[in-house]
Amino acid sequence: MLYINCPHCGMRSQNEFSYGGDASVKRPELNKEVSDQEWDNFVYNRKSLRGKHLELWQHISGCRQWIKVERDTATHEIFRTFKADEEVA
Amino acid sequence: MTQAFRIENGGLINKDKKLSFKFNGKTYFGYEGDTLASALLANGVHLVGRSFKYHRPRGFFGAGVDEPYAVVQLYRNGETEPNIKATEQELFEGLEAKSVNCWPSVNFDIGAINNFLKIFLPAGFYYKTFMWPKSFWYRIYEPFIRKAAGLGVASTKHDNERYEHKYEYCDLLIAGSGPSGLASAYAAAKNGAKVILAEDKPRFGGSLLTSDVNIGNQSGKDWAEGIIAELKKMPNVDVKNRSQIFGYYDHNMLVMSEKVSDHLPSTKKYHPNKRLWYIRAKEVVISSGSIERPIVFGNNDTPGVMLSSAAKEYLKVYGVLVGRKPLVFTNNDSGYETAIEFKKHGVDPVVLDSRKNAESEIIDEAKNLGINIKNSHVVVAAQGYKKVKSADIASISEDKKQLGKIENIQCDCICVSGFWTPTIHLASQSGNKTKFKEEIDAFVSGQSKQNEITLGAANGVFSLDETLKTSFKAGSELSKKITENDNEIAIPNVVEKKSSQHDKFWCVPLPKGKNYKRFLDFQNDVAVSDVEIALREGYRSIEHVKRYTTLGMATDQGKTSNLNGLQLVSEIENKVVPAVGHTTFRPPYTPVSIGAIVGREVGKHSKPTRKSPMHEWHEKNNAVFVDAGVWLRPRYYKKGNENLFEASKREAKNVRTNVGVCDVTTLGKIDVKGPDAAELLNRVYTNAWLKLPVGKARYGVMLREDGIVMDDGTTTRISENHYHMTTTTAQAANVLSHLEYYLQLVWPELNVNVVSTTEQWAGAAIAGPKSRDLLQKLFPNSDVSNEGLPFMGYIEGDLFGVKARIFRISFSGELAYEVNVESDYGNFMWEKIIEVGEEFNIQPYGTEALSTLRIEMGHVAGSELDGRTIPFDNALEGLVSKKKDFIGKRSLQRSAFIAEDRQRIVGVVPLDKQTSIPEGSHLVKDDKAPLPNPKLGHISASCWSVEYDNPFSLAILKDGKNMIGQKLFAMSPLKNKVIPVEIVSSHYVDPKGERVRS
Repeated sequence: MLYINCPHCGMRSQNEFSYGGDASVKRPELNKEVSDQEWDNFVYNRKSLRGKHLELWQHISGCRQWIKVERDTATHEIFRTFKADEEVA
Repeated sequence: MTQAFRIENGGLINKDKKLSFKFNGKTYFGYEGDTLASALLANGVHLVGRSFKYHRPRGFFGAGVDEPYAVVQLYRNGETEPNIKATEQELFEGLEAKSVNCWPSVNFDIGAINNFLKIFLPAGFYYKTFMWPKSFWYRIYEPFIRKAAGLGVASTKHDNERYEHKYEYCDLLIAGSGPSGLASAYAAAKNGAKVILAEDKPRFGGSLLTSDVNIGNQSGKDWAEGIIAELKKMPNVDVKNRSQIFGYYDHNMLVMSEKVSDHLPSTKKYHPNKRLWYIRAKEVVISSGSIERPIVFGNNDTPGVMLSSAAKEYLKVYGVLVGRKPLVFTNNDSGYETAIEFKKHGVDPVVLDSRKNAESEIIDEAKNLGINIKNSHVVVAAQGYKKVKSADIASISEDKKQLGKIENIQCDCICVSGFWTPTIHLASQSGNKTKFKEEIDAFVSGQSKQNEITLGAANGVFSLDETLKTSFKAGSELSKKITENDNEIAIPNVVEKKSSQHDKFWCVPLPKGKNYKRFLDFQNDVAVSDVEIALREGYRSIEHVKRYTTLGMATDQGKTSNLNGLQLVSEIENKVVPAVGHTTFRPPYTPVSIGAIVGREVGKHSKPTRKSPMHEWHEKNNAVFVDAGVWLRPRYYKKGNENLFEASKREAKNVRTNVGVCDVTTLGKIDVKGPDAAELLNRVYTNAWLKLPVGKARYGVMLREDGIVMDDGTTTRISENHYHMTTTTAQAANVLSHLEYYLQLVWPELNVNVVSTTEQWAGAAIAGPKSRDLLQKLFPNSDVSNEGLPFMGYIEGDLFGVKARIFRISFSGELAYEVNVESDYGNFMWEKIIEVGEEFNIQPYGTEALSTLRIEMGHVAGSELDGRTIPFDNALEGLVSKKKDFIGKRSLQRSAFIAEDRQRIVGVVPLDKQTSIPEGSHLVKDDKAPLPNPKLGHISASCWSVEYDNPFSLAILKDGKNMIGQKLFAMSPLKNKVIPVEIVSSHYVDPKGERVRS
């Protein structure tokens, strides 16, 4: 079970969180013309990365904040975690 | 019966407490502190089971977790548990156990005929033979194999034992209480670290209990006892025996199974049977020791052949002689230690050492005791069927290829030592690569992937002196990092006998003209010849060889067989062992009871049960409840002898004619507050929300980004910046997360707050033509006329002094209202409604009547919003704004979603107006068409229309829009029904929606 550092609450076990997928996906702006390809990329197409991956988790049984977690998908090592509005350098 | 093989003095058992137990129906006696295995051996019982494939007689091979043979069915306190290792099961008064895998009895086993057919049962036999003909598999082969194979039998009764889960955090978790575990625990504890020391056996000390060493002028055993006593006194240390750490998971999470009650005749009141510990450790010390491996020779599975270390343990811990004429067969000095122990107890062993010359302090001691030692000698084959009677032995050439003249010597047990295999399972599970250590012919852990260190024999270090030094140091250093204390520990002086290099010899060649079975894996009857076949047939990967031959599988997971298997493969393949590699070490290290894994989450505890504030009233009024997500909701209120169908019909009818009341507390409720609340709703729902006035409710549908309907419900504008959103019962939690996602990540600029208020409000839906009259009486000071409170209106009212929210919304399609009060007043509200409603013939109605009412109105619910439908499919396209953008809108342009023949909701009526259509039935054009019959749609919900008094269903049907009036068939192969039906509008009752506005 992963041990995730919630930037709001501190170290917490994985069972307090729910997974939210790739954090690098950006929703197209509202009311903007979007091509089929762009929309498909947003809704469906994901890279199944091996290695470092920036992903979303929600601290659902804690502070309920969505956070970003930089994690290695192969080793499960977690490098850093970020608040939702924090820029990932 | 006397314990003929128990020695007079010695052993760590309590001879003052005699225990009786039964094995295969016969009563025996043992002592407190015995295992089932030691007690049986004390009574001279060596035959305990039959082997898996050939049903050959099976005895005891080990003395602990590595045991491949002595797997029994245990009976305790009216319960039974299969696959218990007799070597691990502690004896208690009244214990009962039976052999497994034999019929009719262990002494006479019909399956043993397989032993004589073994030429026909080689590796892969089942795969090859039972492939053909295909139709035989289910009827003949599978049932037969199931009966013939397998070990114990699981109980089919409810398990009355309780199992607990516990979460724990510590600085140092130490797996194993042998010398390295004790030393590192002690050093870390002295530095103030929070330490958990886990030992799978009842006694602490590991190898110190049986080895002849001296630490700080005490015997190893006494030193261990002293350390444990001291650790137990320290508040920062948790010392756990009977506790097996069986899994090493991510981020230093380890799982341990503690046997709390298995050693007792019955579980004490308020105690669990087992406790599963989830431990998050800052540092882990793997001090799991090593397991002796056998040398392979002919008939090496005969009862009486066992590990030399096990023989020593039975003698030193349990005071039991495994034989009176022992033969020790060894390739290293460990065999001599066992021989010395025998000799000390007046038994004359013969030692066969595969080595030509070997000299060490241990061997010198054996020689001085006058033990008969034969160098360059091996056991060629054990003789005897149910018990070793003699051994064929021979000298062996230096290259280990040629056997000398075979002679037969009498013996009643063969104690075999093929050197030691470090227990690296946990280290490997941590993610570490393994490396092959030539000096010990075994794998050890490579570089640590997580915060863990492997010490002592588990790391291939067999010198006690070195182990203690490194372990004290490791314990100090690891704890220093955490506590920043650095207390000096005096490392005790160690006296141990030096041993000599072991012989790289693991398998005795077959003598000319003999075809003895030489077993590698004792639990699965995998012999040398089976692995040879697998390789001949082209299996190369060790993982494939394992699965084809079953080498290293089943309950012991090859703890004694893996390395010899690898040696064989490497020899045939002409590779070195590390090039062959090894199979993956997966958790659990030992079998874990399913009950322990499940813990308390069984039956009612498998999920929380939520009840509305009116629950007690429902109970008192004969409600029959149904699970709705985590909620319990009244399904119907039983009157007299009514069944579900009759009661729900009555309740629904009463809503259509008078007035009914339904508990709708379970609906999800979310408070949406903030200056941008309207904007959020406008983006979340498909319809327009910016112009909704205060005091008005609106029905809304929300989509996922892929265009699929996520949820629906009404949202009411309570005040300028405050909305009350409702969701379906099932989706409440998901909708809240969904809103939080967009507010926190996508549109953080929106100034809105959302919070769940589901449990803050109790809700009652009042529905029926007389509902307004009732409402007026409940709220005499409020204007609830059609003008004062029009359809989709909202007012606040005073319910006999309690503040209430009144919404004019309808799910039933009747004139209807929903009243909310704060939860604590829920029951008060409900009782008032019932009391005041009496004159209007009010009746409570449950979810079944609620379904009936919504189905015949064509209102969609979870069965239509099933994660596969878009607004059009549910006839909700009128709610989809063309002007504004919203979540999922772009997806609605997908070609499949705008296809001409897109599926759509329809009504379905059976032609005979009698036969109810099972939910889930498929709609097809031709009921006689060959399978697979093309499916046009499916029945999503069915009811008995109280309006028309005939069955009515909703269906999602391909090209539904153009199918009205068509005749189709509803087919349910599950219920074996074919029903001719007509397709009608989904709005079966009041299609213009006049009643809700009346």
